[in-house]
Amino acid sequence: MEARSLRSPEKLLFEVSRPGRRGFALPPLDVPQPERLDLDARYTRAEIEGFPELSEVEVARHYTRLSRLNYAIDLGLYPLGSCTMKYNPKINEKVARLPGFAEAHPQLPEFAAQGCLRLMHDLERALCAICGMDRFTLQPAAGAQGELTAIMMVRAYHRERGNPRQVVLIPDSAHGTNPASAHIAGYRVEQMASNERGCVDLTALRRRMSEDVALLMLTNPNTLGVFETEIREIAQAVHAKGALLYMDGANLNAFVGVARPGDMGVDLHHVNLHKTFSTPHGGGGPGAGPVGVRRPLEPYLPIPTVEREGPAFRLEHDRPKSIGKVRSFYGNFGMFVRAYAYILALGPDGLRRMSETAVLNANYIRRRLEDVYHLPYSEPSLHEIVLSDRHLEDTGVHTLDIAKRLMDYGFHPPTIYFPLIVKGAMMIEPTESESREELDAFVDAMRRISEEARRDPALVRTAPHSTPVRRLDEVGAARNPVLRWTPPASSGPRPRGDA
Amino acid sequence: MGDGHRYIPASDADREAMLRELGVARIEDLFASIPGPLRLQEPLPLPRALAEQELLADLSARAQENRQPGGAAQFLGGGAYRHHCPALVDHLIGRAEFYSSYTPYQPEISQGTLQAIFEYQTLICQLTELDISNASMYDGASALAEAVLMAERTRHAGRVLVSDRVHPEYVQVCRTYLENLDVGLTTFGARPDGTADPEAARRALHEGQAGSLVIQQPNFFGCLEDVEALAVVAREAKAHLIVAVTEPISLGLLKGPGRQGADIVVGEGHSFGVPLSYGGPYLGFLAARQAFLRNMPGRIAGETRDVDGRRGYVLTLSTREQHIRREKATSNICTNEGLCALMASIFLAVVGQKGLRELAVHNHARAVYAQKTLGAARGCGLPYSAPMFNEFTVRLPIPAEQAMRALADRGLIPGIPLSRYFPGMERDLLVCVTETNPRAEIDRLAEELGRLA
Repeated sequence: MEARSLRSPEKLLFEVSRPGRRGFALPPLDVPQPERLDLDARYTRAEIEGFPELSEVEVARHYTRLSRLNYAIDLGLYPLGSCTMKYNPKINEKVARLPGFAEAHPQLPEFAAQGCLRLMHDLERALCAICGMDRFTLQPAAGAQGELTAIMMVRAYHRERGNPRQVVLIPDSAHGTNPASAHIAGYRVEQMASNERGCVDLTALRRRMSEDVALLMLTNPNTLGVFETEIREIAQAVHAKGALLYMDGANLNAFVGVARPGDMGVDLHHVNLHKTFSTPHGGGGPGAGPVGVRRPLEPYLPIPTVEREGPAFRLEHDRPKSIGKVRSFYGNFGMFVRAYAYILALGPDGLRRMSETAVLNANYIRRRLEDVYHLPYSEPSLHEIVLSDRHLEDTGVHTLDIAKRLMDYGFHPPTIYFPLIVKGAMMIEPTESESREELDAFVDAMRRISEEARRDPALVRTAPHSTPVRRLDEVGAARNPVLRWTPPASSGPRPRGDA
Repeated sequence: MGDGHRYIPASDADREAMLRELGVARIEDLFASIPGPLRLQEPLPLPRALAEQELLADLSARAQENRQPGGAAQFLGGGAYRHHCPALVDHLIGRAEFYSSYTPYQPEISQGTLQAIFEYQTLICQLTELDISNASMYDGASALAEAVLMAERTRHAGRVLVSDRVHPEYVQVCRTYLENLDVGLTTFGARPDGTADPEAARRALHEGQAGSLVIQQPNFFGCLEDVEALAVVAREAKAHLIVAVTEPISLGLLKGPGRQGADIVVGEGHSFGVPLSYGGPYLGFLAARQAFLRNMPGRIAGETRDVDGRRGYVLTLSTREQHIRREKATSNICTNEGLCALMASIFLAVVGQKGLRELAVHNHARAVYAQKTLGAARGCGLPYSAPMFNEFTVRLPIPAEQAMRALADRGLIPGIPLSRYFPGMERDLLVCVTETNPRAEIDRLAEELGRLA
């Protein structure tokens, strides 16, 4: 039996569970208990097989221990490219929990939910101001759902003009959600090769554009962190054939207060409140993916929209051209409160300073690393940079190894092997939340790993060495999937901490 | 530009020093790749930055514009349910290691999140009595749409048959998702007792093939469906049975739909400790039989070993997903509702086996009492006779919308006027009763409804 330490593995909830324990109590029932619950056995079950039985203490400890096995933004730099892991201000958590918001039922009549509706209205106006768009829907629950919502609107727009068209063009540097969303919206996806600068090839685009193209989906700055300098010409080429231009807002943190998608000829785009506007990523969500549109696309927005009538706000359901709904109710409202609080806290100057600092930090890392790591594209960087492992080719150390070794230095690795157009890519986005000292510590770790790769490649290739678990067998996990706990065949006692 | 901002460490001096090292004169020069005409010359037209205390005051005032959502006696359900949440849940998810971490793509430093997902998947399988679960979807409605698409991927029938007792917003979301995919959605009707009619389903399936048959348990009007009978109908027609659950507290008392013949069970998990928060963030759950393993949408965690033989967890079967498969992925979902799934897990862990049953029994007992009491109020009636869980329909002597306005002035939100969704149901009110509605409140509601006639 392994001695217990602060890094010991934590048993599963179901292994901690013991029959007869409880962590919850209800007040006495003040209505008659129906003798047989008015329900016959056709509907009911006596118990849920294997369901946990723990005291409150044990649950508190279980999850507290689990939490200690995670890296988090509050522990340090989290440089995941295109994920914008910025600090989550604590006041945002507090205001989202104000009882007036947190206890507001979505079926409340409008007159009893004016505070929620006003907040949604004001957040929409703020996003319009920041992005230069005419309207926003707040309904999509995440960026990918925002993309899907937007493409459905594009389809409705074209259909009303007589032909929904067939093709959505997507650069080869795009996120995987772009083609996946276009596919669900019923479009054929055509991938476009990037040019030697990693950007859209304008000549190829002009050649390709025809009346069968419904939409070009563009991430700007793209996933190399490079601004599409020919964005206006791209928009013209797309519009000349009656198609629309969509901007994936994953990288909006690069230019808030500096430039606006609406001025670039963008017809629709989504923003990720959980990236640019600081709502927490929560270990994988919730997010929120509002979609902004120019006036011609407004009729197709999901229902309901929030409309102002004098001093009051109401939900408008009667929108005959709307694409419908992509989720129940109005969206991830709790995220709206947090994002709006963030916008208010920063104000116009702070928002600009946010993007300026994010870009400065990325360029600072680039300057301090480009002599040891390969920089595949030398275009000016905005908020993120892409490096590769090419300079270490002769050492046998790859991007994955560098990523794992960074953990030993106390950092979360960058996004790796993305964008797909760079072999062995490391996509680094520091955000504005990092001090120069934190950036220096990261840079020093990266430089030392490069030295280690030459001096002691095995050390890097077998990293991490100091994490709660080391490299995990992912192939085995996929080949023989174990996706849930099941009771052990023999119910004999198992030693504590046994895996 | 001023002296910096509390959320941004770099001071003006830091910026100057870093710019010097970059050999860049001014911060604006870093944006030289953005064409000049696109660069804003004016600050954004937004209010000035607020200090934290101003921010709190501003948002508190907005929150208070909602008319006492917690204070008024409320009987609202219809896809969202007010329940007591143990303090432990919010305390634990307030740990930054959970809420300020990313999707666990790097498993060595994300075991907390990964193990919690694995446990969540187990809890959902136990509740639904099915084999596999994913790591969460956006909400119940979009989970249903994804389930219909998943069923369609294996059946290619080009049609889904949906009970008209399913939450109208869920149906609406399915229609939106299916709109561009050559999959038709048709509905079938109900019996006079308020439940989906298996004979109507059988006829509809006889008229044309469908990849799936969709019902809701308990249904939108509160009635309990005969899942087993509907499973037989689906099986005969080689359609997958999808059961949607909007009030999963019911699963503390009711059989898991998987045991009753459902092939896929989806639902809204917010009742498990996630705040009402005006409709979101919530979480969708999606569980299925083993046969759907490689067709599942979204992330899934699996157990494995590290190089030293220690047990650990990873995201697995990712060749289904968009970041690998792009347009051929089983879904476009990337970010899901991770933290809400964690809340649901903690809620279920602390409420536990006995607690969940007691909670379900209390909800049901109060609703039974309320149904009897309200049904006996002067001028009120009960249009449906089928058993219910914690929600039921009352027919009022006057239009329900009018009744709601009258009662709201007296501090009561009596339920959802069904005309909001179904124009023909002017006098029907959907009433929900949970453990948060004491008897005195129910009695007062009956009294006030009795005065309407």
